[in-house]
Amino acid sequence: MNDFRIKVFNKASLCRNFDEVVFQKLQDKTVTFPTYLSVGQEYVPSSIAQVMEDKNIEPDIFIQHRGHATYLSFGGDIVELIDELLGRKSGCANGMGGSASIQCKEKNIYGHDGLMGSQVPIAVGSCYASKKPTIVFMGDSSAEEDYVFSSIGWAATKNIPILFVVEDNNLSILTKKKVRRNWEMDSVAKGFGVEAYNISDDPEDIQKHLNGVFEKPMLLNINTIRKYWHAGAGIDDPNVFDRYEYEMDKLGNRSKTLHTTSKKIVEDLWRKQLEIQ
Amino acid sequence: MAKTVRDTIKSLTRNHLEVEKSLCFGQCLTAVGWVGGTLPEMYEDEGMVEVTTADVANGGFVVGAGLQGIRPIYVVRYQGFQWYNSPIIVNYASKSKEIWGISCPIFIRSIAMEGGMGPVAGSSHHSIYQRMPNTKILAPMTPLEYEFTYNKFMKDDEVYYISEHRRSYDNTEELNDVVLEDSDIVLFPISITRFDAMEAVKILLEKGIRASIIHQLWIKPFTFQDHWKDCLNKSKYGGLVLDDDYEQGVASSIAHRMMIESDKKVHTLGLEHRTSGFHSSTDNLPPSSKVIVNKVEEIING
Repeated sequence: MNDFRIKVFNKASLCRNFDEVVFQKLQDKTVTFPTYLSVGQEYVPSSIAQVMEDKNIEPDIFIQHRGHATYLSFGGDIVELIDELLGRKSGCANGMGGSASIQCKEKNIYGHDGLMGSQVPIAVGSCYASKKPTIVFMGDSSAEEDYVFSSIGWAATKNIPILFVVEDNNLSILTKKKVRRNWEMDSVAKGFGVEAYNISDDPEDIQKHLNGVFEKPMLLNINTIRKYWHAGAGIDDPNVFDRYEYEMDKLGNRSKTLHTTSKKIVEDLWRKQLEIQ
Repeated sequence: MAKTVRDTIKSLTRNHLEVEKSLCFGQCLTAVGWVGGTLPEMYEDEGMVEVTTADVANGGFVVGAGLQGIRPIYVVRYQGFQWYNSPIIVNYASKSKEIWGISCPIFIRSIAMEGGMGPVAGSSHHSIYQRMPNTKILAPMTPLEYEFTYNKFMKDDEVYYISEHRRSYDNTEELNDVVLEDSDIVLFPISITRFDAMEAVKILLEKGIRASIIHQLWIKPFTFQDHWKDCLNKSKYGGLVLDDDYEQGVASSIAHRMMIESDKKVHTLGLEHRTSGFHSSTDNLPPSSKVIVNKVEEIING
């Protein structure tokens, strides 16, 4: 059995089970504000986080609005995330950030301010000042913000150790990429002289492309599939490919045990937090 | 030889890079002129960082550097360019401490000038930052005021918007308040209007009109000091806030606060509410001493 795939699954499992509970909490109105579920896209941050762990790198992370899976994959505190979604002061963003602006200081995860793509220039400036390995996550839609391009260009000019990750779910809310543009982000990045790839969210594909990460700027456009609505609890298409389910089937009983275990952990934590008034 | 505002900024910047080990970001910093001679001749390996001409992204780079706790200086050569530079600064740096408990102090040097600058670049635009919580705005026009401003910033952990004006760079003098017991009117000038207001006070006196002048360094937070209030309440015709931004911003806001907290009417005079053109016939300049005198006479004559 592939140890890397199991480790990634373990992270993805926490993300999947967490957001499945949030899905229920949105439906029963325990969570009442716009919430961006990562379900279907967990393999992007989980795979990258596992590669970082294996390389013993603790990067600065600049998260995007759809960031539950990024937060959890990189070790963000789950109880503080629950509290954040409940609007509590004990939440990871003081109960102010909601779903879109979560952070974890201990894991160097910087919050997103809700301005689409702003995390990209901020990450570039932070990386320039610190020279620390830095990862910035964006969607295929926020990648279209004009300041994202100039940020990638400046990062290339300054040759800083940054990884740009485009979680490409092909959707801006429900508008497909082909309606919005006729170009791909890896081509844009290559135009700036940045090493860039357009790949799937297969964990080993991601791992393979991260060999030279942080030696110079790099961009990964990772194709993935969002399972639920852009915001809130709903399903646009029940028949989409689900990387998590696919991996669980492929990995067999061990993954099923991991899934069940993390499901119980997440549900217990939610129950416990909801008991606190 | 007395120290100018220009020399003050230059030496503070050198200290900021050499001693504080910080960074100074901006466009075309190392070009001929070194931003009106306000920058030391230093380069990237010494902390003087040339950014792109992509203003919105540049604002984001500085926020990122601010998050690393290095207190970056950000030079924006024309205040009008703040319309592009400000979005990420005001939406992230100004809110970061409140939402995430991470302060993001940035010293924004925002430079005004006017006269043939056209519809974008001219005059002050400090009003666009004024609306945002957790942002401090000062408009130092003298060497000691600039030092005070910088020292305040270094002890604080918030975004500082420094509303500079190129016409102040040669100034060596401190500008003192003149508080009369029996003023006809009290002038509250901001930024470059302070120099014209002082001139106006002299002209008004020749016309038999006694005007107090209370210089406004702090734009935000605005504190209506007791002796200012006292001076305003004792005046015959109230006050006049002068600005080189549009009247419908900082000036109106300050005047409103003064009126709420006093017994007098406070008028405003700033840029006319129209777009500025390049040609002198279409320009939109800060109120000159003559315009200030006319406005005061208009107030007095009802």
